[in-house]
Amino acid sequence: MVAFRFHQYQVVGRGLPSAIDEHPKIYRMKLWATNEVRAKSKFWYFLRKLKKVKKSNGQVLAINEIFERNPTKIKNYGIWLRYQSRTGYHNMYKEFRDTTLNGAVEQMYNEMASRHRVRSHCIQIIKTATIPSKLCKRESTKQFHDSKIKFPLVFKKVRPPTRKLKTTFKASRPNLFM
Amino acid sequence: MPFKRYVEIGRVALVNYGKEYGRLVVIVDVIDQNRALVDAPDMVRGQMNFKRLSLTDIKIDIPRVPKKKTLIDAMEAADVKNKWENSSWGRKLIVQKRRASLNDFDRFKVMLAKIKRGGAIRQELAKLKKQTVA
Repeated sequence: MVAFRFHQYQVVGRGLPSAIDEHPKIYRMKLWATNEVRAKSKFWYFLRKLKKVKKSNGQVLAINEIFERNPTKIKNYGIWLRYQSRTGYHNMYKEFRDTTLNGAVEQMYNEMASRHRVRSHCIQIIKTATIPSKLCKRESTKQFHDSKIKFPLVFKKVRPPTRKLKTTFKASRPNLFM
Repeated sequence: MPFKRYVEIGRVALVNYGKEYGRLVVIVDVIDQNRALVDAPDMVRGQMNFKRLSLTDIKIDIPRVPKKKTLIDAMEAADVKNKWENSSWGRKLIVQKRRASLNDFDRFKVMLAKIKRGGAIRQELAKLKKQTVA
């Protein structure tokens, strides 16, 4: 499998125990980041916005990477996100069809960048879920919910099998039909 | 002309780019417009872009996303391997592979065989020429 740019991490942390609070509440977050260091940083960013705790008076108890349980099964992923556009913050719900959640998240980041010019640091993932086929909302994912799906490949560009065999000029025009 | 080779569940395709180059795989499900879930008896089921696949004429009868065993049984029943090796495309690939794996002695033998064949053709041609002249 191609290496994913975004990995899913589970970060568990709490405020430091102090005289007022011997056993502070432990919070767990699932988030996406390119590496563990960034995941911890994101954890504190989100936790600061939700509870009165900072990295300086808190501790990360555990950080684990979450891997896909079933990478050979095709699933419909729904992703709820909050992104910053040039004029303000907006919420969005997008659907993707993929085998792994990391793949769907990567698709989402690519699509936001291309369709809305939103860079990855302006996107916050609110929630992700696997959606059963009946509850999918977008036509572009629903059109693949066909057990007898059949379509021709209309434009078949023939590629050289290795980049070494690539040439700028060809002797004859290629046959693009199938 | 209408299309004859469709992307559908059970279509056999040849991988024409990348690490799995030259392998025959079966399209087991369609992920989206550009990718399919492919499977072969000796590889882990994975996703592949259609740009890496060349569709063949062979199609087998399988339900959507079959178990590995059902896939192997269906491939045996449809006799994919023999159909492929007897098709003109399959035979060409086998010849290409054989030619690429020749060693120097084999190439020497091929040279002698080509000379012999050329000689036989030219003899027949000379005979035919003599007939038309006479």
